[in-house]
Amino acid sequence: MRIKRVSETRVLALRWAFTLLLLILVPLAGAQVSGTESLVGQKAPELERRDLIGKNLDMAQLHGKVVLLNFWATWCAPCQVEMPVFAHWQEQYGPSQLAVIGISMDDDSEPVRKMIQAQRIGYPVAMGDAKLGRRYGGVLGLPLTFLIDRSGIVRARFQGETDPSKIEASLRSLLATH
Amino acid sequence: MRIRSIAAMGSIAVIAFVLIQSSAGAQSAPPLAATTIPSTQLIQPEELKTLLISTGAVQPLILQVGSRVMFDQAHIPTSEYAGPGSREDGLSLLRDRVKTLAKNKFIVLYCGCCPWSRCPNVGGAYKALTELGFTNLKVLSIADNFGSDWVSKGYPVAH
Repeated sequence: MRIKRVSETRVLALRWAFTLLLLILVPLAGAQVSGTESLVGQKAPELERRDLIGKNLDMAQLHGKVVLLNFWATWCAPCQVEMPVFAHWQEQYGPSQLAVIGISMDDDSEPVRKMIQAQRIGYPVAMGDAKLGRRYGGVLGLPLTFLIDRSGIVRARFQGETDPSKIEASLRSLLATH
Repeated sequence: MRIRSIAAMGSIAVIAFVLIQSSAGAQSAPPLAATTIPSTQLIQPEELKTLLISTGAVQPLILQVGSRVMFDQAHIPTSEYAGPGSREDGLSLLRDRVKTLAKNKFIVLYCGCCPWSRCPNVGGAYKALTELGFTNLKVLSIADNFGSDWVSKGYPVAH
């Protein structure tokens, strides 16, 4: 009888440990590192640039909002699939809660302007460069999306073609936190 | 509610992709896919890394045919930026770079911007050089991207 109770306790303890492990690992699932440095858990590096209409993009001014920072390029096919989804989220969750920012890694801005106009992208888009890429841990494959919490900490990093529902699940959990 | 949201997102993505593809098609021919390159012409990252660090081996001319911004962040040592293979101006730059070279010059092309099947650059660049008669040509087979398949593996990098 006593042996049975001990083994039941062990099973319960194991279950709790497994659940705890899952709780720790699941939020990290989106933070896969495939470049040089993930930045997850660190303060989001400053952008220090203006968007294509000349508006200053400053991380400090975005405190209090969740930021979806997306590195993309006009020649990146998976990027072009994601962008209208991000534009839809910007409308759905509203500018007071969410700030979507696009950083184009194109070599020149002309095709970028054409594409954001053609796709009717309403969120700010700025041109990236090697300096910004290195600051964000190395943007050496596209698309690359970071989710940054309301206090400016990077919480998730999605490299490559990603199921939008995965990104949205992380986004929703950040939006739910105040 | 959640199913409806996922379905809406899926619809947006599909419609956007179809619109982009059709508008791109109206402007210019789509870039030649990397998958058109014969597998015999591919070189694996580990093979190239070994070649680069081996003394006495014939070293190839390595040309990056993707994005300049990405090249400036990190590239294979000794490699040169040769213009994006998905654009005519990029291909002109590439043709210009190789115009004085012997047709049997050992050349390795690479990009690494995107997963192999999505790379818009290496297919066109490979075709351009084969059309010029280059016979000793290899293309670096990058499965996901340059970050994952080269930099993260600790292979030599220049900035």
